[in-house]
Formats: sequence, structure tokens, C-alpha cells
Amino acid sequence: MRRYVIRRLAQAIGVLWAAYTLSFLILVLLPGDAVSAMTAGDTELDQAQIDELRHRYGYDDPLPVQYLDHLGRALQGDFGDSASTGRTVTATLGDALPQTLLLTGTGLALGVLAGGSLALLATYTGLRWLRQLLLSLPPLAVSMPVFWVALMLVEIFSFRAGWFPAFGNDGLRGLVLPAVALAIPTGAMIAQVLSKSLFIALDQAYVETARAKGAGRRHIHLRHVLRNASLPALTVVGLLAGQLMANSVVIETVFSRNGLGRVTASAVTAQDLPLVQGVVVFGAAIFVLVNLVVDLIYPLLDPRIVVASSKGAAAA
Amino acid sequence: MRPHAPSRITRPATALTALLTAGVVLFSGCSSSDSSGSSGAGSGGTLTFAVGSDMGCVDPQQVGSNDTIYSVRQIVDSLTDQDPDTGEIVPWLAEKWEISPDSTTFTFHLRKGVTFSDGSALTAQVVKDNFDAVPRLGALGVLAKGYLNGVKATTVVDPLTVRVTFEQPNAQFLQATSTHSLGIASSASVKKTPERKCAEGIVGSGPFVLSKYVPSQSITLAKRTGYAWGSPRWSKDGEAYLDKIVFKVVPESGVRTGSLQSGQVDAIGSVGKADEAALEAAGVNLIHRANPGVVFNLGLNNANPILRDLKVRQAIQVAVDRQQIVDTIFPTGTKAATSILSHTTPHYTAAPGLDYDQAKAKSLLDAAGWRPGGDGIRVKGGTKLRLNVFWFANAATNQPTLELIQQQLKAVGIDVVLQQRQIAQFAEILQGGKFDALWGNLTRADPDILRTQYSTKGLNSYRLPVGPLDDVLSRQAAAADDAQRKQLVAQAQQLITENAYVVPVVELETELGVGKNVKDLDFDASSRIQLHDTRIG
Repeated sequence: MRRYVIRRLAQAIGVLWAAYTLSFLILVLLPGDAVSAMTAGDTELDQAQIDELRHRYGYDDPLPVQYLDHLGRALQGDFGDSASTGRTVTATLGDALPQTLLLTGTGLALGVLAGGSLALLATYTGLRWLRQLLLSLPPLAVSMPVFWVALMLVEIFSFRAGWFPAFGNDGLRGLVLPAVALAIPTGAMIAQVLSKSLFIALDQAYVETARAKGAGRRHIHLRHVLRNASLPALTVVGLLAGQLMANSVVIETVFSRNGLGRVTASAVTAQDLPLVQGVVVFGAAIFVLVNLVVDLIYPLLDPRIVVASSKGAAAA
Repeated sequence: MRPHAPSRITRPATALTALLTAGVVLFSGCSSSDSSGSSGAGSGGTLTFAVGSDMGCVDPQQVGSNDTIYSVRQIVDSLTDQDPDTGEIVPWLAEKWEISPDSTTFTFHLRKGVTFSDGSALTAQVVKDNFDAVPRLGALGVLAKGYLNGVKATTVVDPLTVRVTFEQPNAQFLQATSTHSLGIASSASVKKTPERKCAEGIVGSGPFVLSKYVPSQSITLAKRTGYAWGSPRWSKDGEAYLDKIVFKVVPESGVRTGSLQSGQVDAIGSVGKADEAALEAAGVNLIHRANPGVVFNLGLNNANPILRDLKVRQAIQVAVDRQQIVDTIFPTGTKAATSILSHTTPHYTAAPGLDYDQAKAKSLLDAAGWRPGGDGIRVKGGTKLRLNVFWFANAATNQPTLELIQQQLKAVGIDVVLQQRQIAQFAEILQGGKFDALWGNLTRADPDILRTQYSTKGLNSYRLPVGPLDDVLSRQAAAADDAQRKQLVAQAQQLITENAYVVPVVELETELGVGKNVKDLDFDASSRIQLHDTRIG
């Protein structure tokens, strides 16, 4: 088990390094840089002033020097100062991260709850029409663009009904609409995967055995079938962490919320290299962490997994 | 379910619930959620204003985006103020001033008793500290820096008299002192680094003080108590009416519009043509004013082999149907360009040669030797008449406008290739000169903008040839007499359209949506806003 964890950690660090290096390369390859973004629209600036700015932010060093310099400081938790605002990257992300975690966390919780309930109900119900109806909802929800869903929610529940504010970070009421908008595609994917694996599990021989032993239908469904069917859904949750972060770029813009998504959007537009790198590394760290946690939960649900992976690790 | 009437609760996020909001409107005597008492009829209250963007900076000397200027303009006072109707410069922090006959020396006599919100007093030394610091803003403070270009020295004559001397004549400086960019900050603020000023803001003497800045979220201003040195242009003496102003950053235009309709905010910026009908139906006042300065134009590269020919440039100028563009794309009230300067710029005069005339365009091109080819595009010596027009997505109207221009020019046999670039590449493209034409505009309430843009003695980004225009532009910068300057500026506008160095197309119209509950929210001379006289309720 310990070797398994160490190996997973080493992989995680590798992923982080790759994310950092790739984002650096992509930003360097883009035409223009943070200095040209900063001075855009300015026709009265001469080349000497632009060069002075480049020098101030270190953009005139050779690329390998810039890369190693940035990487070295990043390892010490210093991602430098944002080129567009002058604030430290760590402080900017520190402000944004809790808001995004709150939003995506709530979105994920709502999604799991709604998607899970839908799958359970669809597989449990004996009513054919209800099952058909429930099972047709997730594909519909997945195919709706999150941007459109968000605007519809604002239109109906904020502008017309006036139940929730249309923008801002303040309070629980402001969290409802954006979290629901995030939860819809999330829940839909969970519902799709979970209902499929529930159906598969229901066909297994142990269900027959349990029934023969006299276990009730609800007991079998929740105790035996759900537990066995939840592994694929759990894997999906790990992957959804990435999707949630990507969707938060859109959702935070529509709802004018502060957070990692907004920071990302503005940092990319401004080609704010230090900030983009900070965002990428933070985002990758969250993704890696969530998937690490998911991997470590597997053995709790299914003890066979630990044995298999320990053996695999020992053999490797 | 029905849309809300604009409500008095202007802090939707902190108000109890929106369900209550509808109820509160009924109590017509209720003021906003603020507890501070009202000091007279119409006083007090909070104004919530939704803007589309945040530049990440709250230093008036460094910001250049309307969305942020709206808020930081309220924090600082300027030496002078400008009348939006006449363009006349009136006193503000400076009671009076003298300008040397050659427009190189400006002496300002400051008002007594002005204090900054940190308690320090306005003196000639503070003004000197401000102006001395501007060149050190580097590239971040481009506007302010441009206004003080060629400054020799700022000297303290006596505690309330300050003198600014320039190397060469600089008539635009007086108007520049009225802008937010040369707004006066306290000495303590001036000493901070440009980055800290951006992040923390500055201490000014304005009718409002910065109380909170949350990047990409909101800018909150509070009334400056004891304010008593407003511009004589303002209708109310002393303190501002409003207790508090909250600028919310709402990037989605649909959300801004809906928030105003449903009363979650009191006013919004950047209204588009598509939003007008819905807002008008909701009883919102749409106010608009053309930005002064250089209109949206195709800035031609005059060094380009095709465009070096005057006839080709003139053909493009008359092939553009400006009225069609205005009617199809721009908000109500927008005017087609009638000069390189918009009609709200001081010393604007209509310049001839901008009337749409397709037949004339065709005959000009024929005369220049460009003959229609098989595909309708004109050819000369095996070369196609093709222009690469570079543009940026910094205004929603850019793309549809350029697509329409593309069709209009195609009708006379000119092939336009639209090249969208990131705004980050603007300076690079302009300085590199690898464009045939560049789409853009520039806001400035003084005609000297023509000199910085089109004099060959400057950066000359559009590669104009040396000519009589240079002399006219230099002389208007030196003209101390307003009538003489007006005449020179008129001459410059005429020379620019006659030679078709650039193709003026349409004025930029700033349009704001203002809720029924808001009174006296008006534009200043630069088509930005001054909120001292604004009331809510």
C-alpha cells in the first residue's frame, strides 16, 4: 500500500512539472507577450520604453534562462508578480481559489446528489415510462452548452422571478444559480455512467443469490448493487474535477464571480505569463489531488483493488 | 412572474432577499439600505453601476479604459474642468491661469483650502510632485505621460502658484489638465510605486474616496465629507449627493442589461444596439454622447505601394457608405464621420470629401490604372487590388462594420482581407508597418490628437509623407489665440480628408443605460461621467 501511494505521488509531481513546462512553451510560442498586451493601443510609446518594460519583467533574457529562473522560484512557492496587475500571483490565486473551490464543490455535490438519485430511481422503478423519461434526461442535459444553461437560469430565476442575484460572490443566495449551472452537466454525466453500471450489476449472479436468500429489493439495490456499480461513477468524478474547473471559466464570467476561472480568462487575454503559469499549476494540482483521493478511495469500496495494485507495484 | 420595477435597494447581494425587494419598492419614503442620514432633499443613497471590465488598476493616472475611468474620475480633482458643450476650459483646483504667448509656459494659481482625504493640503509642491512623477510612470501611464511630453520643468513659484514649462509650444496642455489622467493625488500617494498605486489606489481630493477595490469584482466609493471645491460647472455646491457608489464588474452584456431591467443595478455601461429595445421597454433612459477625438477609421499605410497613389486612397474614401454602416450596426444617435475628428471635439469642422459616391470611386480607380479583372477585383500590372485590414476585437461593433466595409469596397473592385489580431499585438503591428490599413479610434477632447497621430515629426505610424500638414499641426500646437488655433485645426482636418491619408468612417458613441430612479447622471467633455451631481431616488 505504501509503495502504491509513493508511486502515485511521484506520478502526480511529474504531471505538475509537465503542466508547468507545457504552459510555458505555449505562452512563449504565442505572438506578442505580456508587455505588448500591456501597451496595446498605445501609439505614443517608443521602442526604448517598451524595451525598458521587457527588461523590468525579465522578458529579454534567453528562454532557457527565463524557464529555469521561473521554475526555480515556483518550486519555492513564488510564482512572481502578475504582469498585468503587479500583485503577487500567489495572493491573486489565494483570493480566487476558495471562491472557485466553494463553487465547484457545491456544483459537484449537487451534481452527485441529483445524478445519483436519478440513476437509482431509473434503475429501481418498475414503471417503464418513468424509466424512459428519467434516462432521457442526462443526454439532454449533457448536450446543452453550459453557457446557455447559465444564461437561462439567470433570465428565469433572477431577472424574472427575482429570487437570486444575477452576479457577485456575496452570500449563499449568490451561490445557488452558478452551482446549479455547474451541477447540470456534472450530474448528467454521473447519472449516465451510474445508471449503466447499475444495470450491468443488476444482471450479475450475486443479485440472484441475494434474492434467493430472501433479501428485499431495496436492500439489494442500495447495499449490493450500488456498491459494486459505484466504481465507474467514482472514476468519472475524478475526471469531472477537470471539467468543473473548465466550466467555471464560463460560469464565473456569466455570473461575474471572482475565482480561478475569471483569473484564468483575464490572464490569458493579457498574456500574463506568471499568472497563467500559476493558474495552470494550481489547476493541475487540484486535478491531481482529486484523482489521487479517488484512487485511494477505490480500495475502501472494493478491497480486491488494493491486493491487485500492491501486487502490481511489487512486480514492477 | 414579471420583471421587477427598478428598486431602491441597490446592493442586491447584501439585501435581505429579492423577494423582499418587490415589497420595499412600495414604501416610497424608504431610502436605500444605507444608514447614514440624508442631509437634504435627494441626498444620500447608493448608486450601483455595472461595467463590463476591470483593468486591474485603480490609479487615475494609469488607467485608459472607460469602464475604470468612470470610477477613478470621482476620486481626483483636476486643475481645470472642461465644458462638454463648448469645450471651454473652466477653473477647478486652479482658480486662474496664465499661458505665455508662445504656449510654452503655463502658470496655475491654486485654490485655497483644498485638502486631500488623508488630511494633507493642496499646494504648488503637491502639483509639482505629481507632474514630476508622471514620466516615471513609464509605459503604464501613457496618457498622462503624453500630455506632459517635452516638459522642461515644473516649478513652485509660491505655495499656491505652480509653473509648468515646455521645451516647445504645447497648446493642448491646458485641456490635458482637465483630464482624469492629470488628476492630482496627494504627495504621499505620488511617492508609491506605479504597481502599488494600481493595486491600492491613490488618495485624491475628489468628491468621492476609494473605500474598497476587489480586482475583477467591484470598486466601491464613499462620499468625501467636507468636500467644498467642486468645479463651477456643477449644479450642487459642496459635497456630492450620493453616499456611496458601487461599480460592479459584470462582463456579460446580457447580464448587465437584465440586471438593470430587473432593478439589481441602477446604471450600466457599454450598451449595445441589440440591448436598446429591451431597455427602452423597461423604462430605462438611454443616454449617449459621441466620444471626442479621432473617429473610427481605416488608418492607411501611406508607404504601401498601392496606397501611395492619392486616387486609390480617395476612391476608398468615397466607396465607403458611412450612413449604411451607422444604420445597420451602431447604437441610435451615432453619427457617420464628417471629419477625422468627431463632432464633440473642440475645433471640429466638417471636412468635405466624405460623401458616398460609388461612381466616383470607380472612375478614380479607372484613372489610376486599376482595371476590373475577371472576378470583379481590379488588376494593374498583374497585381490585384487587395488590402489587408488589421483589426482587434476591442469593440463589439468592429467585426460587423468591417464586414460591411468589405462588401462596400468589393462593389468597386477592391478586395479587402480582414486580419483579426490580438490586442496585445497592436503596438507591434503599428510600429512594424506590416499593415495596409488598421481599424481603430482614439478618445481625446483636444484636437492636438491629430499632431500626435499624423505629424511626420512624431512616430508617424501611418507613414505619411512630409508635407504642409506637418507645419499646420505644429502651428496649432503653438497657437495661444483660440480663434487662430481653430482655423489651423480646420485646415488640418481638411488636409487630412483631401489627401485621404486615413479613411474616417464612424464616430464612437458612448451609450449608458440609466434607471428611472437615477437623476442627473451626465457626460463630461471626454464622454465619461462625473457623479457629483447625480442623485438616486
